[in-house]
Amino acid sequence: MKKYSGYLIALGLLMLAPTMIYPVFLMKLLCFALFASAFNLILGYGGLLSFGHAAFFGGASYITGHALKVWGLPTELGILFGAAVAGLMGLAIGMLAIRRHGIYFAMITLAMAQMAYFLFVSSPFTGGENGLQGVPRGTALGMIDLQNDMSMYYFVLAIFVIGFLIIARTVHSPFGQVLSAIRDNEDRARSLGYDIERYKLLAFVISATLAGLAGGTKTVVFQLASLTDVHWHMSGEVVLMTLLGGLGTIAGPAVGAGIIITLQNYLASGPLAAWVPVVLGVIFVICVLAFRRGVVGELRELIKRQF
Amino acid sequence: MKLFKHLATSASALAVMATGAAAEISGGVVKIGLLTDMSATYSDVAGPGTITAAEMAIEEFGGQVAGAPIELVSADHQNKADIAANKAREWGDTEGVDAFAELVTTSVAMAVFEVAKQQNKIALVSGAASSPLTNDACIPTGLHWTYNTRALAVGTGSAVVKEGGDSWYFLTADYAFGEALQGDVSKVVEAEGGQVLGASKHPFPASDFSSFMLQAQASGAKVIGLANAGGDTINAIKAAKEFGIIEAGQKIAGLLVFLSDVNALGLETAQGLQMTVSFYWDMDDETRAWSQRFFEKTGKMPTGIQAGTYSSVRHYLKAIEATGSDDTETVLAKMREMPVEDMFAHGGVLRTDGRMVHDMYLAEVKSPAESSGPWDYLKIVRTIPGEEAFGPLSESTCPTK
Repeated sequence: MKKYSGYLIALGLLMLAPTMIYPVFLMKLLCFALFASAFNLILGYGGLLSFGHAAFFGGASYITGHALKVWGLPTELGILFGAAVAGLMGLAIGMLAIRRHGIYFAMITLAMAQMAYFLFVSSPFTGGENGLQGVPRGTALGMIDLQNDMSMYYFVLAIFVIGFLIIARTVHSPFGQVLSAIRDNEDRARSLGYDIERYKLLAFVISATLAGLAGGTKTVVFQLASLTDVHWHMSGEVVLMTLLGGLGTIAGPAVGAGIIITLQNYLASGPLAAWVPVVLGVIFVICVLAFRRGVVGELRELIKRQF
Repeated sequence: MKLFKHLATSASALAVMATGAAAEISGGVVKIGLLTDMSATYSDVAGPGTITAAEMAIEEFGGQVAGAPIELVSADHQNKADIAANKAREWGDTEGVDAFAELVTTSVAMAVFEVAKQQNKIALVSGAASSPLTNDACIPTGLHWTYNTRALAVGTGSAVVKEGGDSWYFLTADYAFGEALQGDVSKVVEAEGGQVLGASKHPFPASDFSSFMLQAQASGAKVIGLANAGGDTINAIKAAKEFGIIEAGQKIAGLLVFLSDVNALGLETAQGLQMTVSFYWDMDDETRAWSQRFFEKTGKMPTGIQAGTYSSVRHYLKAIEATGSDDTETVLAKMREMPVEDMFAHGGVLRTDGRMVHDMYLAEVKSPAESSGPWDYLKIVRTIPGEEAFGPLSESTCPTK
């Protein structure tokens, strides 16, 4: 029980948070925390640096938006449909990309994501650079009105918790252990008889699906899907969140996402408004130079040393 | 003693009246939330300059309207619609912001429209260009102030044809905006009796325009229309300069060019370029005086977006002053009733589809010899009447017009 007490406290705080902090901001934070955690599954535990995760995140946000706005699907089905399409995209891109390692893997994912970007720019259903606007929030399970920010918040929190549990379960399962083994020494894992391509592909698809889940949820929160979500900047931002929070730690990416989103949000209206990209860049440099394990990684190390 | 009593009663009566007036203002303060791009592509044409412009409008009222203080809050939306929507929603929900202003880039304006519709707040759009904002995507409280793509197309298109430029070739950015712009201008050119000889689509964004420029040159068209924006337009104009296109007698028509772009290009490169503008600082004494004050604060002359932001905020505050209320419907009705009269627009009319109709201007970039110094860049060739630039209300497809 003690092992999970930290998470239970965090969950308790998240349940209470919207009474003190603006709920729409918290929902955005949760969406990005899920996105970064999904990304961490393949980077932190699989050792695969994907530079194309925006394609899954943004792709699902467009698909969900279209499904809700044009087809009139119920909210939860729309989000699941978006996540499923992201999973399929992950399968297609993953099958190509996992044949290569390191920088070549990153470049293939980037190239495929750029293709997805151009597809979304030129498809009429996305509204091009104007974005897909006015997506209805609808109701959860046909009875809870999501137009209310509070009920929307608990809906998003539920999705986040489910997504987070899937990731935690995956990491601690035998599958996750094999994934870590592949990350640490691919040849040894292969010599032990594991079909490493299948493991990598499955991890990639799970990660893409959950990234899509986050993207679809974000569309419902903001009632819009825009090119920002499929742009390669987004792929870079999620790497930054993951590294800042702590690579290969369960809670790290969520913390990293929290830091980045909070900075983006609060710096935007202060005297540093014109300097947001610079501030984030400086933080990244400091993180890489001074605490390479990320915030959560360093904390964990500190606790280990103390006791 | 009696006198004192009398004074006291009249003072308290005055106090009651004062609070009575202020009670019409929600939260006792008129709060305007300005969202703009402070750090990326549009920070030059909009950006910090729009905040200065809005502040100048507020200063004109002495920082107070209808007995209540005016407060301006601003934020950088980084051209991301979700950040803009989040900020606008938060301002409306928790900070009692009464109106949103500026809103450069269409995706941002549309996202904030959605929030403004739900919260029933006024959105004063200055920077975003797309015509759909007062057509399919319109909302009852969304006002589109400075310009739109239709005005740019009509302004430059018809004017250039009338000047004798009756054969066109387009360089078009290969995405929805570029195609829409090319389509709009082609319609105008053909309606005026000109012809479109062809078009080259270039990737967005592009840096090398040499092959596209050579195709445009080989087409023999009198006018090369640039259906693109920002960096693409600048690069295309540079390429045109390198190939001596203007010296050889072809004209370049930029469809979305701002004064700051001309400043970045320099007159040597940009000379002869025709463009439609909503505002130029050197038009009359009023614009010169205002722009001079703006220049002293920012070190730059204002773009149309910045001047438009000033005008929209000023008109909004004037309506509050006239009605003594910041209630959305009351203010909106007053804004429609009063003509827009300031250094930006004369006799501007606010239509029910949200369009602010005012005169636009066709301008040509001066040659270095014609220019008398820094910021003396444009000569106004023709004034385009508002009705011609923005089209009649009957043309608008806005469902709530």
